[in-house]
Amino acid sequence: MISARKQLWKTVKKPVIFDCMKDSNGHKPLVPTTRGLLRFFTAGSVDDGKSTLIGRLLYDSKSIFEDQYEAIKRTSELRGEEQVNLALLTDGLRAEREQGITIDVAYRYFSTPRRKFIIADTPGHIQYTRNMVTGSSTANLAIIMIDARNGITEQTCRHTLITSLIGIRHIIVCINKMDLVGYKEEVFERIRSEYEKFSSKLEVVDVQFIPIAALTGDNVVDKSKNMPWYAGSTLLYLLENIHVASDENLIDCRFPVQYVIRPQSDEYHDYRGYAGKVAGGIFKKGDKVMALPSGTMSKIKAIDTYDGPIEEAYPGMSVTMLLEDDIDLSRGDMLVREHNQPKVEQDIDMMICWLNERKLVAGGKYLIKHSIQDAKCIVKDVQYKININTLHRIEDDKEVKLNDVARISIRTTKPLFFDSYRKNRRTGSMILIDEATNETVGAGMIL
Amino acid sequence: MHANTHHLEELESESIYVLREVAAQFEKTALLFSGGKDSIVVSYLARKAFWPAKIPFALMHIDTGHNFEETIVYRDEWVKKIDARLIVKYVQDSIDKGRVKEETGYNASRNLLQTVTLLDAIEELKLDACIGGARRDEEKARAKERFFSHRDEFGQWNPKNQRPELWDLFNGKKNIGEHFRVFPLSNWTELDVWQYIKDEEIPLPSIYFSHKRECLSRDGQLLAKSPFLKLKDNEKYEERIIRFRTIGDMSCTGAVESTASNIDEVIEEIAASRVTERGTRADDKRSEAAMEDRKKAGYF
Repeated sequence: MISARKQLWKTVKKPVIFDCMKDSNGHKPLVPTTRGLLRFFTAGSVDDGKSTLIGRLLYDSKSIFEDQYEAIKRTSELRGEEQVNLALLTDGLRAEREQGITIDVAYRYFSTPRRKFIIADTPGHIQYTRNMVTGSSTANLAIIMIDARNGITEQTCRHTLITSLIGIRHIIVCINKMDLVGYKEEVFERIRSEYEKFSSKLEVVDVQFIPIAALTGDNVVDKSKNMPWYAGSTLLYLLENIHVASDENLIDCRFPVQYVIRPQSDEYHDYRGYAGKVAGGIFKKGDKVMALPSGTMSKIKAIDTYDGPIEEAYPGMSVTMLLEDDIDLSRGDMLVREHNQPKVEQDIDMMICWLNERKLVAGGKYLIKHSIQDAKCIVKDVQYKININTLHRIEDDKEVKLNDVARISIRTTKPLFFDSYRKNRRTGSMILIDEATNETVGAGMIL
Repeated sequence: MHANTHHLEELESESIYVLREVAAQFEKTALLFSGGKDSIVVSYLARKAFWPAKIPFALMHIDTGHNFEETIVYRDEWVKKIDARLIVKYVQDSIDKGRVKEETGYNASRNLLQTVTLLDAIEELKLDACIGGARRDEEKARAKERFFSHRDEFGQWNPKNQRPELWDLFNGKKNIGEHFRVFPLSNWTELDVWQYIKDEEIPLPSIYFSHKRECLSRDGQLLAKSPFLKLKDNEKYEERIIRFRTIGDMSCTGAVESTASNIDEVIEEIAASRVTERGTRADDKRSEAAMEDRKKAGYF
């Protein structure tokens, strides 16, 4: 989501290298260079070894601290395990350690000299698929784990479908536990071709395959001696070097007003700033802008920040807009360009991933959060569900349950300003909230 | 913007967005301020998020009475510097009212008691959101926190029923009596915080830097000399050159031996460090799930 901005900033900012980043005595330094941030998530079925893989990445990149390592070593010994169980690093909640599975999304951070990473370790169990959706919504890249002994499962298909739905363009398929299938190339190739057959029907730009053994570290950070037939890169090398194409839309200017800043002090008597995060396009001082929903025109007088005014603002930047004219904007309004407006409609079609045990009710009313706008909606129609194994449409069963993906139509109480999700992840996404429980029940991607 | 690295600019933007979302979505908020570097950075970001207007919520300090004096001096200056309002709630008051009972024994601490004082303050002031400086990299139960973390009417956290948090759409809907804990620094690491403090030239309490202090070495921890510490027969204070990596209650915040006397040296030391900062906290060592249990009960 960030890489475009990253690129643009690169021309402005000089990276700072601290002395401590120098690689002395073979130790990998913990301070990242300023190459930037990669957010990725991991998904797989129960026992595919996700947590072990992450533990391995953290351990081999020397991002695990001694006290953490000592703690899991003690626990592993108590449980009578032969090796230090690296999965214990991410399975933080008591219930998870008891059951040996990951329940919730755990966020992990590690750095190498090349990059800084945020990992969302997401649960494999079907009951917690909603957390995978959560983890993936902010990611640029997905790691999908497959147990070499089992090959592709229903969960693999579901996770891949969600990855594609959520707009992630890069997938690394890790075929894990190669040690348990004798490191055989045929096993790897068979799973790979099966997966390719399945994923070719989806909109995923870039899929790469790596045979690994997370438990022993083969092909995670260091190249495996057990699989000389594999000529590709290790997982860490790929993560460090993969070029994550821009998810940001730099063309269509969208600035949702998040908060109005009025100091009401003597010094800033007439100050009226529209604070928010740029959701699309590049805004420049002096640009003519149009305010929605009023349609009023004005010009950007200044783009303000605590550190002083700036000339331009890119997607993802939190800034404060000052306008030439005294027009009355409030939270939920949007600044756009006159000749490049989002859709402003009340009838919206979208794909939805259902996140709650209470089923989606056709004709039901839900609260909506979309960009900065709040509204209510009524679900007019469930058009079809998707069979996550075949990707076929299911038209005869329209009951949308937990973990289902469906295409629905809604009507909102007021017009929303939106783009299609494919065009802009920020203005094309919304959540549905159950009014009775206040829970987030649906993740919507506008078509 | 002054930050030197893109990832810090990204993190800053994300945190400012979260803080503005809090101001927009909640009626009455407090920023939980301990005088530690994380809550200092959050309050600094709040200053940025609403500038040139004042921060639209107060800073709240839950005072155990077992403070480092330097922290309190710093706190009062900092509040003036960022033009904020301060509320102080005292654990001593909760003890006097009989709401909590002081722990006894050699490892007695008021750390746990803070939870009661905090929850009482939330109820009394009718707060519907409390902003905290916790980071996901600190501790494994915290690794699973949301930015907007729901608390029931007893202030409890239910890790198995957290709301999914998608994109940057934060759901702050709640029933009366419930509240949210909000963590703008969720995605920051200890090193990010330090680099940011350096880049932005944020002043810190002096105890973060190397100084001479009488300390007690107990169970692998270095505890500062204080009237609240009960010595065992064979224990005695020794003078050491130390600094603190975290600041909390005096009775459970451990020091590290260090000669790092300025921010560059501190960053260098952390970058080379092989122990987490919470490794210096006795409160986390009580059991493997100590933090999870405290969080469920309503801790910070």
